[in-house]
Amino acid sequence: MFRSYHARIKNPRVALAAGLAIALLLQLGSGWIDPYTTQVILFAAINVILAVSLNLVMGETGQFSLCHAAFMAVGAYASALLTGKALPSLFPHLAWTGTSWASQLTFLPVLMIAGLIAAFAGLIVGGPSLRLRGDYLAMVTLGFGEIIRVLLQNTNAVGGARGMEGILPATNLFWAIGFAAVTLYTMIALVRSTYGRGFQAVRDDEIAAEAMGINTTRFKVTAFVIGAFFAGVAGALYAHAVEFISPEGFNFLRSFEIIVMVILGGLGRPVGVAVAAILITLLNEWLRDLSQYRMVVYALIIILFMIFRPAESLRPFIGRLIPERFVRFKKSKAA
Amino acid sequence: MSNSQALLEVKNCSLRFGGIAALTDVSIKIEAGELLGLIGPNGAGKTSLFNIITGVYRPTEGEILFEGGLIAGLPSHAINTLGMARTFQNIRLFGSLDVGMNVRTSFIARLRNGLINTVCRGRSFRSEEEEVQEEGRRLLAYFGLEHAALHPSRSLPYGDQRRLEIVRALATKPRLLLLDEPAAGMNPTEKEELKQLIARVRDEFGTAVMLVEHDMKVVMGICERLYVLDQGKVLASGTPAEIRANPKVITAYLGESRGEEVA
Repeated sequence: MFRSYHARIKNPRVALAAGLAIALLLQLGSGWIDPYTTQVILFAAINVILAVSLNLVMGETGQFSLCHAAFMAVGAYASALLTGKALPSLFPHLAWTGTSWASQLTFLPVLMIAGLIAAFAGLIVGGPSLRLRGDYLAMVTLGFGEIIRVLLQNTNAVGGARGMEGILPATNLFWAIGFAAVTLYTMIALVRSTYGRGFQAVRDDEIAAEAMGINTTRFKVTAFVIGAFFAGVAGALYAHAVEFISPEGFNFLRSFEIIVMVILGGLGRPVGVAVAAILITLLNEWLRDLSQYRMVVYALIIILFMIFRPAESLRPFIGRLIPERFVRFKKSKAA
Repeated sequence: MSNSQALLEVKNCSLRFGGIAALTDVSIKIEAGELLGLIGPNGAGKTSLFNIITGVYRPTEGEILFEGGLIAGLPSHAINTLGMARTFQNIRLFGSLDVGMNVRTSFIARLRNGLINTVCRGRSFRSEEEEVQEEGRRLLAYFGLEHAALHPSRSLPYGDQRRLEIVRALATKPRLLLLDEPAAGMNPTEKEELKQLIARVRDEFGTAVMLVEHDMKVVMGICERLYVLDQGKVLASGTPAEIRANPKVITAYLGESRGEEVA
């Protein structure tokens, strides 16, 4: 059989186990990976989480959201406050250093709480605004993103415009890649079920979906809240990877960068979106040497990406790397 | 069927958009298991009536009772779960989903497993997923569409798309099915098949059917009772034979001149 067809992961659970195993192995071997490469891998994994979670909102449910970076900011600041202020004062004997065993063990609940706080923010924005459609929703989410940024800029307790520094480096390859795998698994498992088709039904035709008994508002809010949760986790991972966060790092352009990943990867294709997220992360690194011409070249490459869609054409090659019994190959149809 | 309570009762409903009255003081009734037709010239308010019944619009005045309960003002999805499903004048299938999935979306409102179970994919999720697949397959097979289950819904021939819309609506297990111009754009063979299909739905599922249709052959051929709507008002009601003989109806359709027939 010629294997250049679209690969579909047969059992997402096997893929999840494989992802977690890779995360653990890389972590165990992290001593041999140089710090720069480690940093790039961390960024790539965080971008995968961001892009794949935004894909649920934009790609699967068809709602245009311009504030994904704001949810990331909520998660980043919440986690930084937790590990920097709350944990040391509540459990002084823990000596939270980020890398110690005790801090690594408490990092999971920290990530979850950061995600839940971002999810709550998602509920507050999404609840009232998801009754709006298209352009109006884009405006509300754009406004929310700016509100969060301005609020953080003017709150002295979190450093205002100077941001927060001295966040401890708890994020490592295991957490970042592990959560990227969990995000990808959750999205694939969710959408590939009768329940999950509800998101796509909302995207395809809201009126018909309503008429078939689907509570479209609830599906949209659910997508938004899940997306915000994972964005919050990504923010927490980011904060504990770069050790410094400022409101400017989560502005509109950051949201836009995530949107580009989702569109490049092919709306509604989680694996393609993940590949696009990795490609764009690498692109950002390669272009570092070009200094002031960086954005010009970046824009040009994005245009070329849009025309030639490498993430989509890479899908069959990625499929080839996976043993056949884990993947079902589907003949690609001309749409 | 003999008791006094109708399946659906629209009582003195009006629908206005600013100064324009789409419906004025409309009252209709449909009994359980009945095959009812709704006809009228273009712009008479037939689709508007469907839209207030299914919750797309809220009537400006009047009330709507479904099995004795007030439904005006409820959202569409809630009205659907109460036991009412519809199709659309312009086909509204889920274009990116295949034929089987289109039917299975109708089961979403009745799933036992929610978000968490779906993501965890436990035993209860898997068995329910199998049930849903099976039920969808059975429905498709029943209406002769099982061969297309994995095809994109857009790739179906026009007549089959209309049929799929009816199957999808039926999958929500309605006691009342509202069909908005199901024969539009069909050729004579497809229309004949459609008539049989509607009769089967009523006879074998016991579903009451309310039909908006311009094709008089289809309407007169299968409906037991008709309402005629003109300029947002109920002009006449009765059996097909009574309607055909009603001079008011002939005037509404053909203007003032005499001696012409409703074809």
